Amino acid sequence: MALEHSDVLRAAHLARLGLASQDAEAYVEDLNQILAMVDQLQQVNTDGIAPLAHPLEATQRLRADEVTESNQREHFQQVAPATEQGLYLVPRVVE
Amino acid sequence: MQWEVVIGLEVHAQLATQSKIFSGSSTTYGAEPNTQASAVDLGLPGTLPVLNEQAVAMAVRFGLAVNAAVAGHSVFERKNYFYPDLPKGYQTSQMSQPIVGPGVLEILLEDGTRKSIRIHHAHLEEDAGKSLHEDFQGMTGIDLNRAGTPLLEIVSEPDLRSAKEAVAYVKAIHAIVTYLGISDGNMAEGSLRCDVNISMRPKGQEAYGTRAEIKNVNSFRFIERAIHFEVERQIDLIEDGGRVVQETRLYDPEADETRSMRSKEEANDYRYFPCPDLLPVEVDEAYIEHLRGTLPEMPAEKRARFESELGLSAYDASVLSGTREMADFFEEVKGVCGDAKQAANWVQGELSGRLNKENLDISVSPVSAAQLGGLVKRIVDETINGKAAKQVFAALWDGEGTSADEVIESRGLKQVTDSGAIEAVVDQVIADNPAQVTQYQEAEVDKRGKMIGFFVGQVMKASRGTANPQQVNKVLKDKLDSLS
Repeated sequence: MALEHSDVLRAAHLARLGLASQDAEAYVEDLNQILAMVDQLQQVNTDGIAPLAHPLEATQRLRADEVTESNQREHFQQVAPATEQGLYLVPRVVE
Repeated sequence: MQWEVVIGLEVHAQLATQSKIFSGSSTTYGAEPNTQASAVDLGLPGTLPVLNEQAVAMAVRFGLAVNAAVAGHSVFERKNYFYPDLPKGYQTSQMSQPIVGPGVLEILLEDGTRKSIRIHHAHLEEDAGKSLHEDFQGMTGIDLNRAGTPLLEIVSEPDLRSAKEAVAYVKAIHAIVTYLGISDGNMAEGSLRCDVNISMRPKGQEAYGTRAEIKNVNSFRFIERAIHFEVERQIDLIEDGGRVVQETRLYDPEADETRSMRSKEEANDYRYFPCPDLLPVEVDEAYIEHLRGTLPEMPAEKRARFESELGLSAYDASVLSGTREMADFFEEVKGVCGDAKQAANWVQGELSGRLNKENLDISVSPVSAAQLGGLVKRIVDETINGKAAKQVFAALWDGEGTSADEVIESRGLKQVTDSGAIEAVVDQVIADNPAQVTQYQEAEVDKRGKMIGFFVGQVMKASRGTANPQQVNKVLKDKLDSLS
């Protein structure tokens, strides 16, 4: 499978990356090399091998259901560009 | 053409944990904006999620309650999309290996028939924050208190065939999660909300039509109305030669219609992949069995027991087992008074009527189950008659007295069964109403039954409602008939 120019622009858009159309060409080439390696991996026979979700041989540790965090709103909102009445303000979202 | 509607539901139940699914922030509803949003919930760099043990236990218990296969091994994945109330740019969810596998839920329809609805799976995920679109200097306000609240998304197979079935299904889910205590089920506060997938097909056709998804419907009534509207819309569209497009729609209760949400369509490519920050979740057999031991009696079991052991009608049994609060209340009343049928009548009659009228939930009933039980007990042992009982109920509702016995005592409502006392009142009433007595005597024998009601009323009034009505009837009849 090979990527085309439009695939890269679409992936960039989905990831909200500002990618100029003329720069996309280099990424098309890089990404296609990565996919070529994936194609090579796909050749390996994996019959009877369970899909792996994580490389570590470990399972998720659970925490007790306890409230351990306190209100740090003032602290966090110091870095926010705009706030009002305790809310973070963002450019208007139109539904 | 005859059309058949095909409906599948995704119900999101907010889990009743103290803290969030991946952080130690509180999940209390209604806090000041952003006071319960920690660094993890805000998606700040360098933070890592740690899974809440209770969220896992609650999901497993739900799975056991719907006879589903609980997955010993499940995986969290990232569902990627951008929206301001999702600070990380992805929702941590489960897709290919959810914690709860296929199960089945029996629903009870209004006509008493039962139908099994298959559950495709249920998975754990985090909720997003809230966007407030009121005007804040031309901007949108974001409250992230809800971000990271644990959700159990319960996905049905497309087995539902009408709006009524869909509502019955959601009610059944509501009953299960509230019985289990894993969600408060409060639809008004968004603790239980529902996405409805709807498609139409000609009756008899096997293949499904193209479906539309109605997002975030948050009341039983809206689910029913949204489906009715959408069914009409799709039939009209198809019969006019058009085609249903696969899209997300929004139900607007004010206009009573569904509308396309085109804005969200374009980016509908979530690029799920396993979350590298979370390891696979393992639950072993012993833990699952331990949780199985914590399951309470479920709604269907309770309903069956109410019918078979307590001798209630199918209708009474289903209403009284409908919610855990209702069932617990009824069982306490029954326990105190010792008479299941009287308890059922009072809970569904006087109590439910008054609660509905005042728009109150049974959990905040001004008359407690113990008080109502004490009242019904005095009807059962004939200390008071039905008329006096209504007075006692009203008094308890208004906070007069702490128990039925206290009200009966202070208002002197104890039923008079002493025949001498009743006879004295009856004699007085006959002496005071000579005209009515004459009318009675002149009436045809078969009309007298009706006319006696007047005298009963007078006697009851004179005794302030305390005379035993059966005795009054008999004494009156004997005396009046012997006069003629």
